[in-house]
Amino acid sequence: MASDAHNAFQWGRVPGGARMPQMNIVQAVNNALREEMRRDDRVVILGEDVGRNGGVFRCTEGLIDEFPDRVFDTPLAEGGIIGSAIGMALYGLRPVPEIQFLDFIYSAFDQIVSEAAKMRYRSGGQYSVPMVIRAPYGGGIKGGHYHSQSSEAYFCHTPGLKVVVPSTAYDTKGLLISSIRDPDPVLFLEPKKIYRAFREDVPEGDLTVPLGKASVRREGKDVSLLAWGYMTHVCLEAAKRAAEKGVECDVVDLRTLVPFDLDAILDSVKKTGRAVVVYEAPKTGGFGAEISAQIAERAIEYLRAPILRVAGFDTPFPYTLEDVYMPNADRVMAAIQKVMTF
Amino acid sequence: MVDLLRVIRDDGHADPATDPKLSKDELLSLYRFMLLERTLDGRMLSLQRQGRIGFYGPSIGQEAAIVGAAFAMEPRDWIFPQYREPGAALARGMPLKELIAQFFGNALDPIHGRQMPCHYVYRKGNYMSISSVVGSQIPLAVGAAWAATIRKDPVACLVYFGDGGTSTADFHAGMNFAGVFRAPVVFLCNNNQWAISLPLRKQTASETIAEKAAAYGFDGVRVDGMDALAVVAAVREAQRKARSGGGPTLVEAVTYRLGPHSSSDDPTRYRDEKEVEPWRRRDPIEILRNHLVAKGVWNPGSDQRLAQEIDDAITEAVHAVETAPPPPIEALFTDVYAEVPWNLREQLEDLKRIRGGE
Repeated sequence: MASDAHNAFQWGRVPGGARMPQMNIVQAVNNALREEMRRDDRVVILGEDVGRNGGVFRCTEGLIDEFPDRVFDTPLAEGGIIGSAIGMALYGLRPVPEIQFLDFIYSAFDQIVSEAAKMRYRSGGQYSVPMVIRAPYGGGIKGGHYHSQSSEAYFCHTPGLKVVVPSTAYDTKGLLISSIRDPDPVLFLEPKKIYRAFREDVPEGDLTVPLGKASVRREGKDVSLLAWGYMTHVCLEAAKRAAEKGVECDVVDLRTLVPFDLDAILDSVKKTGRAVVVYEAPKTGGFGAEISAQIAERAIEYLRAPILRVAGFDTPFPYTLEDVYMPNADRVMAAIQKVMTF
Repeated sequence: MVDLLRVIRDDGHADPATDPKLSKDELLSLYRFMLLERTLDGRMLSLQRQGRIGFYGPSIGQEAAIVGAAFAMEPRDWIFPQYREPGAALARGMPLKELIAQFFGNALDPIHGRQMPCHYVYRKGNYMSISSVVGSQIPLAVGAAWAATIRKDPVACLVYFGDGGTSTADFHAGMNFAGVFRAPVVFLCNNNQWAISLPLRKQTASETIAEKAAAYGFDGVRVDGMDALAVVAAVREAQRKARSGGGPTLVEAVTYRLGPHSSSDDPTRYRDEKEVEPWRRRDPIEILRNHLVAKGVWNPGSDQRLAQEIDDAITEAVHAVETAPPPPIEALFTDVYAEVPWNLREQLEDLKRIRGGE
């Protein structure tokens, strides 16, 4: 499914057809970290198994060989990893801590929400926490409840924190570099299901993709599909199937959730008059609810149908039935049909 | 059980074997800041009772541990406070007016009224911003100290917390990380016997706090926290060890919270005044004063003049800051991020429009 969806991507090609490395998302993460560590000696990496082992997904593979004094295998304590990374950032470093699975982040929740995200505000700008927390998120790897969650909404509800979710290798590199250079703490969520699902052209060297800007992955006049991370690919597949039935979908990949690109969302919805928000997390209180509310507040006069959400269920993430739990093209198609026939 | 270090003997003289040998000026400065903290506490509690400031957390009984530990560090070292260390901030050069403006939370408050009283920050003195979450500052101090070693800077970090803080996951993580990475940290536990209403014996089954360090692979020392010179001696040694690559130390300062946890607390609900009385007789300010007199560097006849001088300085600072207006509403929206994002700009504009129509 993902590779099909990827065929729909039409960006990232080099003008003139010059050769460029092909990378998957894991390699893009690795390349971004390596480039930034070369450029800026304040960038350090810490986390569980990120050194000698290169991370359980191999995102930090080989970095300890090039930067033996700046890559740290830590004891197994997320609160300690994030807490000490905050201290490093306060001191003037640019730490990039890794949380092995987003599902393990909660013991560091207080450090993220109460310390990292609040430091600039509560110190009147005297201190700040330029830090990027990398964490693989989402389902699709048969990991059950503790290796599959998409809990971005908790963090999007935290003033002072930015939340970034790439869906392609190109964006992964560009957004990760932008996040490392950002003066504020960023939670960088990596869609683990598609870590190695496809390769695409990703330039060597410096590459930034601005935070807070969405990307329209496919253009259509009938329905706006709004998504982030892996769900972008699900939407692209659904859009392809819808096109076969004569329904043209806009697919807007938000890329940054905080702060999100309001203009891109409204431009699309005002054009199509129909909005379907697709996210993996439990439906109630998910970040898609915020997107829906923004559309309702600002563009209701353009709407020809109710805003629909296609999301995970309000249950814990299951093991055996994960394919049933996760939104797929069938469920997105059902929503497309519903808004088209309203 | 870890031995309890004392320097000032009952006769007021310092034990020559452990005396940190501060100069006369240092001794007088230490005394002055302890007395300033004590006086400030009384005055601010009074302002709180009058409804002029919203809250206050006094440190009565803990001045030796608080100011003594700050004194033992060097200016380039960083301090991660808990929330009961105004004497340390003042010793780091924070102007009294700036501190008191934070208690008022008005336009003169450097943090624009964003935090309740007692949550000040003073970057110029390497004095970290304060959280109310007990223990949360501990891993931050470890990370900053660790960063200093990565940058090869000769900097150590002092982190304050209480006996309650030693129960937190952050204490465990911070101690463990510091041990593993030999971070140059001085962990200063101000063991004041009470975490609001919970006594030490219900906080931990350990005989002492100091012995917890053994489990993390570094030294724990225990000092009489009513004896400022014992605190200075222990923290100074820990600081030197940290700076020279010897790793962290846990210093347990055995003190007592003579006052309430905060202006919102009534300790008679949970502790017997009979327990407090013997501690009152070991007042840290009196103990240091007796030493200064015994050493011949302080004339008891100067007590009243010093007290008046401190009181006047506080009065002057209160008068200078109290009448300032509230912070501008823009301060609600700035410093959330380095740049104000679109949604905050929009919310500010909406708010201004509504207020403008009042």
